[in-house]
Amino acid sequence: MSFLTYLISGLSLGSIYAIIALGYTMVYGIAKMLNFAHGDFIMVGCYIIFSVTASLGGNPLLGILVAVVLCTILGITTEFVAYRPLRGAASPLAVLITAIGVSYFLENVALLIFGADIKSFTSVISWEGLSFADGQLRIQGVTIVTILISVLVLVVLQLFIKKTKQGQAMLAVAEDKGAATLMGIDVNKTIMLTFAIGSALAAIAGALLCSAYPSLSPYTGAMPGIKAFVAAVLGGIGSIPGAMIGGLVLGIVEILSKTYISSQLSDAIVFGILVIVLLVKPTGILGKKIQEKV
Amino acid sequence: MKKRDNLITYGIVILAFIIFQVLAATGHLSSHMRGLLVPMTYYAVIAVALNLCVGILGELSIGHCGFMCVGAFTSAFFSKVTQNVLPTAPRFILAFVVGIAFAALFGFLIGIPVLRLKGDYLAIVTLAFGEIIKTVINAFYIGIDKHGLHFSLKNAMELGMEPDGEVIVNGAMGITGTPHDANFTISIVVLLLALFVVQNLINSRDGRAIMAIRDNAIAAEATGINITKYKMLAFVISAAIAGAAGVLYSHNITSLTASSQYFGFNASIMILVYVVLGGIGNIRGSVIAACILYVLPELLRGLNTYRMLIYSIILIVMMIVNWSPKVIDWRKKTFGHFTVRKGAKA
Amino acid sequence: MTLLDVNKLSISFGGLRAVDDFNLQIEKGELYGLIGPNGAGKTTVFNLLTGVYKPNEGIIKLDGEDITRKNTVQINQAGIARTFQNIRLFKQMSVIDNVKVGLSERFKYSAIEGILHVGKYRKVEKEMNEEAMKLLKVFDLDGEKDTLASNLPYGKQRKLEIARAMATDPKLLLLDEPAAGMNPNETKELMDTISLVRKEFGMTILLIEHDMKLVSGICEKLTVLNFGRVLCQGETKEVLANPEVIKAYLG
Repeated sequence: MSFLTYLISGLSLGSIYAIIALGYTMVYGIAKMLNFAHGDFIMVGCYIIFSVTASLGGNPLLGILVAVVLCTILGITTEFVAYRPLRGAASPLAVLITAIGVSYFLENVALLIFGADIKSFTSVISWEGLSFADGQLRIQGVTIVTILISVLVLVVLQLFIKKTKQGQAMLAVAEDKGAATLMGIDVNKTIMLTFAIGSALAAIAGALLCSAYPSLSPYTGAMPGIKAFVAAVLGGIGSIPGAMIGGLVLGIVEILSKTYISSQLSDAIVFGILVIVLLVKPTGILGKKIQEKV
Repeated sequence: MKKRDNLITYGIVILAFIIFQVLAATGHLSSHMRGLLVPMTYYAVIAVALNLCVGILGELSIGHCGFMCVGAFTSAFFSKVTQNVLPTAPRFILAFVVGIAFAALFGFLIGIPVLRLKGDYLAIVTLAFGEIIKTVINAFYIGIDKHGLHFSLKNAMELGMEPDGEVIVNGAMGITGTPHDANFTISIVVLLLALFVVQNLINSRDGRAIMAIRDNAIAAEATGINITKYKMLAFVISAAIAGAAGVLYSHNITSLTASSQYFGFNASIMILVYVVLGGIGNIRGSVIAACILYVLPELLRGLNTYRMLIYSIILIVMMIVNWSPKVIDWRKKTFGHFTVRKGAKA
Repeated sequence: MTLLDVNKLSISFGGLRAVDDFNLQIEKGELYGLIGPNGAGKTTVFNLLTGVYKPNEGIIKLDGEDITRKNTVQINQAGIARTFQNIRLFKQMSVIDNVKVGLSERFKYSAIEGILHVGKYRKVEKEMNEEAMKLLKVFDLDGEKDTLASNLPYGKQRKLEIARAMATDPKLLLLDEPAAGMNPNETKELMDTISLVRKEFGMTILLIEHDMKLVSGICEKLTVLNFGRVLCQGETKEVLANPEVIKAYLG
């Protein structure tokens, strides 16, 4: 029974990674950049929810709504101010270093506003959860909601990309920016939309993450952010189902290795997986091969 | 030209050294400031190492403090074990050899998978390795008694040593009581040697091959340059120099722990800030930026609260000003060609 | 004597046969042109010859040596150097350093000697500098030896790319659309440069070109590619008079 419990908590953590990884993978696939600050958008989302609920006494749902809206605005602004000027820069390192700068900026602004002390986050999900086999197997409400939401997000995103004009535009920009421009697609707008969706997802992931692990600090988003990137790479960067699979695998591996191997070494194991995947199949589980044109 | 440029860099370092020594001798340096001299210098050393990787090789590493960590721990381990066996001078020299050799070895081992990757992937894998090194060191327990070395991944009791045994690496508590061998003069010598190695490398055929790969890997290959070999060379030298910085670090403090503050990716990014502000590919700039950015916030306590915030803004603004195609065009139009980034001082 | 002997070369990407049953013989000292409409597979042939792609079938021999399965670096050392359609210089390096990168497999000292600036370093560097300056003089770039490659005007960037390729002391030089993006004056100058390279170094050259004036002006033989297949091969005059070529390419 206990193995099943760990497996389910791995699935739940994996679902959170998956939602974060979706944001990473969309931005990477379409804007061709690693938004290092993506994890920190999660932290920003959490602080907004925290402020609305704990400080202003608002409803958790209202908190999430405000967080989604503000994170979306933040995502669009960041793209416009910091990343767009560097599109087409001579070195691909330029935008990556800038993204690292944005990550630091957000963390330190949060540090100045909220302080370094860890805030205790009240779960936005009050449901107790389900109990099976005479209470031997209990699944928490937040676990179930997290898994359901991640599935919902995956389905909605897939439909959005397959069925809508904007979604198709995203695919076109991901394939070839120049050709997309010739087809009359506004590349800047499409990339902005991608950032908006990614950031909104980060806010949702933040709400779920802090409900499951209720301690909030300016660095809350950093580690999950990096691990979600690992998940995105594992699944094949640029692939939406890949991000989902990668997230789930990573979440399960992390929880199981924490339980059965060593809680200290679990991070090393997670990163070790990244290294092995990149060695054996650098394009990830569902990724496509890209070769530079000579 | 090149030669003069290099000599100016050595001159600046030596001049700064003399000024600080005179200030210290005449009692014009507070004890706080005197305590900053060695750290300031080893941060300059690792900034030079990182600039070799980022500016000359053209690959972003955000795990360079991992190599510093390897150098720090292996050398501290060596010094601790040989503390009562060897006199100070040869022991410290050997400690350098050990620290640098292990950092280079790790650079090589990590380089095998990492250098097959490019850009973002490479950056994130170096970050992963930095974290792995830190986590693994934190989990290690090593002790010594008359039977030799004992290892454990659980705790110090598990080492199963004789009563006279001594715990050397105590898990997350790290190594305590490393001999305090480092001083400002030695640190400056190490910095000068690091500069000597990197600046000479840039002006050699290997250095040119490395920069050719940075500028255009496809053309470099078609010109007969073995990409893997030269990338590895640059990466290993960079790791080795970071290891040397680690040796200085561990021999300047009493209690060495593999903490995130000093060896995590946050620390690696702080060094990246030094490199970016000093100019990517500009070795002298890294030294100057590292010294100023390390000392200033330490001296201006009020600034310390905002230090990381200011660093982050510096990173973003510097990158946009120096790399945005639009800003570069604008600068070309306004100031003519000469202000455009000079690139590597090669 | 045949320098380059390509037999039944083929490669497919996905289902598409990008190059199909391609044969080519180039004699020592010849200036050979490879022409064809866009997408005919010309650059793919170059990429096959230089080991960027590995062919599905066929054999490439350079000076009697089979180089089909060699990688780019080994092929360069075997004696093929190239330029690129979209110029690929080492942009942040000086003009002379670009050439010295090309020289670096011919003038050697160990990494240790390079780092410590001892041993053979000084002597070899001096020889390299002299050799590089000799090359730069031929291409009339010696006045700009310390300029950053990216700051050179377009025409001179093309020249520098050829100079860098020549620095590797090749047996065969491949030029991928050397006149692309040039005005008539620059093209004229480029034709002179190519003639000069032949005269100075006795170089065998294979070039891809769209500019028919350039091709008919300097190439002795031509191969016309169309949809990955050889349409016509032979003396320049005969090929350009071939009705099929006129129909497919010159229209």
